[in-house]
Amino acid sequence: MSYHSITLEDTGESFRSSETRTVLDGMAALGKKGIPVGCCGGGCGVCKIEIISGTYRKRVMSREHISVEDEANNRVLACRVWPTSDLRLKVLGKMSKSVCNDKAVASEVK
Amino acid sequence: MAMTGVLRPGHAQMRVLDLEESIKFYSDVVGLVETGRDAQGRVYFKAWDERDHNSFIIRQADKPGLDFFSFKVDSHATLLKFDADLQAYGIKTERIPAGELLETGERVRFMIPTGHQIELYAEKTDVGNGQPYTNPEAWIPEAEHGIAPVRMDHALLYGPDIDGARDILVNVLGFYLVERILLEDGKTDLAVWLSCSTKAHDIAMVRHPEPGKVHHVAFLLDSWEKVLRAADIMSMNRVKIDIGPTRHGVTRGTTIYAFDPSGNRFETFSGGYSSYPDWHPITWTIDDVGRGIFYHDRALNDAFLTVVT
Repeated sequence: MSYHSITLEDTGESFRSSETRTVLDGMAALGKKGIPVGCCGGGCGVCKIEIISGTYRKRVMSREHISVEDEANNRVLACRVWPTSDLRLKVLGKMSKSVCNDKAVASEVK
Repeated sequence: MAMTGVLRPGHAQMRVLDLEESIKFYSDVVGLVETGRDAQGRVYFKAWDERDHNSFIIRQADKPGLDFFSFKVDSHATLLKFDADLQAYGIKTERIPAGELLETGERVRFMIPTGHQIELYAEKTDVGNGQPYTNPEAWIPEAEHGIAPVRMDHALLYGPDIDGARDILVNVLGFYLVERILLEDGKTDLAVWLSCSTKAHDIAMVRHPEPGKVHHVAFLLDSWEKVLRAADIMSMNRVKIDIGPTRHGVTRGTTIYAFDPSGNRFETFSGGYSSYPDWHPITWTIDDVGRGIFYHDRALNDAFLTVVT
């Protein structure tokens, strides 16, 4: 089994992950943090990343979160990509849609 | 007959990213019974103990989520009455002809202010639960294949105007409020649980900025032990578990939230109390929302208010 180093440019956090686990699963399985963990099925979009360098394998992702242009520019969902080399990446997604956390939304509530 | 009008959730149609993978998932892991495929490429399922032809339908699309959620009503006359009542209430309705969904009669479709398409229908072919109507056994082999829920039970929808949606369901369709969570101001609902039966919920809604989102569609199991068995089957199949097995404070059901291969959350749950329309609704305050949603953790997880399809 091949292992690769995954580095999150935002935090400098780095972990080793096998080619058989997605980037997100590889992170979570080691108890590491940095990329938000959501549905893990390419649907919810919270784990969106931009891969700065390295090669990877990918599967179908929701077009609501990853446009054709995103995909062409290595902006993908961490739960749907498997590393085939060392990777450096930036985290784009966040857990940010909550009514409780978002005062702007709460203030719109009548 | 005491139960009239809207009887129960009847079918949910969901979008998936990879149809073949999802057919295998819903057949072998969730343990639904496939009952048909149509010319549009949709695949139809029912839970083993349901009697009508289908309750859960999937189709391939480029983004996951819920197409529509539908309730069965007690007769065609009731269907026509609800159509007229909805229009009189100011809601635009659409008639979808019988047969557009396999083995399903005419449907009345309308959008509620959370941005979800809701349907009513009166007829769906009774295909039985694999048992005769005379002298049946207690269960059939399908009851042990995969998680094997007994029915598609309810959905939790996320969208902006849950007040308007609640009013339509209560004032026009005869649902009643069972439980609610209030925001800090003590008067705005963050979430409501509504029933059209004696179940603690037939539909629930959470206030959320994006319209038309789904938190989960739920499948009923017979016991807490079967909830634990479901968790084992999820681990055996590397299914992403969101939370559980645990218990909800709201409805008191025992539960697991997990994700299908396209990231659609589903719930496998058991229990919850029986409720009645004359009962006083239960209110949860925002400072105790954690205990209301996840009774043992007593805190929301990050995903509860964020991760939807």
